[in-house]
Amino acid sequence: MNDIDKVKKLIIDKPLKLDCGQTISNFPLAYETYGKLNDKKDNAILAFHALTGDQFASDINPITNKEGWWNYLIGPGKAIDTRKYFVICANVIGGCMGSYGPSNINPKNNKNFGTEFPVITINDMVNAQYHLLEFFKIKKLFSVLGGSMGGMQVLQFVSNFPDKSVTAIPIACTHSHSAQNIALNELGRQSIMADHNWTNGFYGDNNKSPDKGLAVARMAAHITYLSKKGLQEKFGRKLQERDDLKFGFDADFQIESYLRHQGSVFVDRFDANSYLYITRAMDYFDLSKQFDGNLSKAFEKTDTKFFIISFTSDWLYPTSENREIVIALNSIGKDVGFAEITSDKGHDSFLLNIPDFLNTIKNFLNTSYNKKNEKRI
Amino acid sequence: MKKEFNTIANLVEKKSKVLDVGCGDGELMKYIYENITNDIRGLEISKSNVQKCVAKGLTVIEGDAEKDLKQFPKSSFDYVILSQTLQAFLDPENVISELLRVGKKAIVTIPNFGYWKVRIHLLFRGTMPITKDLPNEWYNTPNLHMCTIKDFVNYCNKKNIKINSKNLSYKNLFSQLGIFVIEK
Repeated sequence: MNDIDKVKKLIIDKPLKLDCGQTISNFPLAYETYGKLNDKKDNAILAFHALTGDQFASDINPITNKEGWWNYLIGPGKAIDTRKYFVICANVIGGCMGSYGPSNINPKNNKNFGTEFPVITINDMVNAQYHLLEFFKIKKLFSVLGGSMGGMQVLQFVSNFPDKSVTAIPIACTHSHSAQNIALNELGRQSIMADHNWTNGFYGDNNKSPDKGLAVARMAAHITYLSKKGLQEKFGRKLQERDDLKFGFDADFQIESYLRHQGSVFVDRFDANSYLYITRAMDYFDLSKQFDGNLSKAFEKTDTKFFIISFTSDWLYPTSENREIVIALNSIGKDVGFAEITSDKGHDSFLLNIPDFLNTIKNFLNTSYNKKNEKRI
Repeated sequence: MKKEFNTIANLVEKKSKVLDVGCGDGELMKYIYENITNDIRGLEISKSNVQKCVAKGLTVIEGDAEKDLKQFPKSSFDYVILSQTLQAFLDPENVISELLRVGKKAIVTIPNFGYWKVRIHLLFRGTMPITKDLPNEWYNTPNLHMCTIKDFVNYCNKKNIKINSKNLSYKNLFSQLGIFVIEK
């Protein structure tokens, strides 16, 4: 039995109509939970992962044996204290950690779906995950949160289900994927497609996956998650285990070696077709377009209390784009807080141990949780 | 707890909706939240102050009053509070009109440059006055547009802004601070 077959899965039997027009049914949604759902069922938090994340937000990921991607934030005694809150995290559909995706078997021909898998959107991902509420019999979540693509899911979730979460924390995200970000995603996709092993997405047939293309896609993307200052401070022009330049194309510089390493470890845990599908979903995300260009309309029906967070050195999802969400909420008098956290670690900041960031979430959640039962004056 | 905060808080009606512009570390907001109304939020430009507000469990938006007030709809708050920051804006006239657009009423406090100690300081020492409410030197003060209580009242009268202005000459001489409720 493959490790991935052992992860927790919810089989969603209700048909789900996708934005592309196709309907899927009886599909798996892999998930993990941390902490305990209390008797009142009012302590549940749904965390959404980013492009290359998965359901293993905390503890040790049993597949990779590495720490969960949000281990700084979620766990016993941490900012999101799992002794108090019940955290649910699911692998998005289109992903490759057990949820329905292009590496699943197509019943029509008993081969991997490959590029015959339907194109999915952020909206589809969120609609699939909504079934987790029914599964756990949760009437209303206490919070939905996520960074980057996870933040987009937060926005879409509140828009789709305006009365299903007390609070929402979109982090380092956007309501509409920018041309620059579409361009960067396209760079990654073209890199995968240029790999001979990709074979139009049906590489499952010949047991040779487009590892080189996927590694280059990851290397390019990884640069966008950092900042110029962060890179300069960490690597500068430091050489990799050598005293001088070698006048060749080996990794002379530490930054080259670092990126090659990032690329090579990534291919061990991620599927190239999933990378195509998920980046496509991000590119298609434009919440304001869903509401005739008026983002405020997406939130008109909700009383969810928002806190939006951005980072000073994030040039991928800059403060200006996060602030547009704040403005859309303010302009219709919704309850929204906003903080820009100082960090030179770029977009990746939302995954790192940055005390101001972690404390912001901790304080916002804890006081909102206490206030829930407080008498209004 | 500053005495000023107490005075301001008493001007706010119970259960009303309040925006504290330039809310600083959130002390005033916290007091109003605990004693007057839960429906209060702040706008604050300083990152460290934003963190202090978040730590107090207050709703705060990091932003600049001169740019970010425009995102709030007309009359979206019962009260908009501006405590001792009017004189530090580049364009206080614009800020006042935004306060009155966003809030049904605005509570504005200003350090009074007409206070007798300030007058005496300038008259006898011939240097820029330094007092409890005006602690900085001329070269490092954040205050760009100092005014007196009388100046502020005259301004409001000129602009047809309703303002409480009884015993004006007396107050202008003996108050360190002017606290006003203004409305259109």
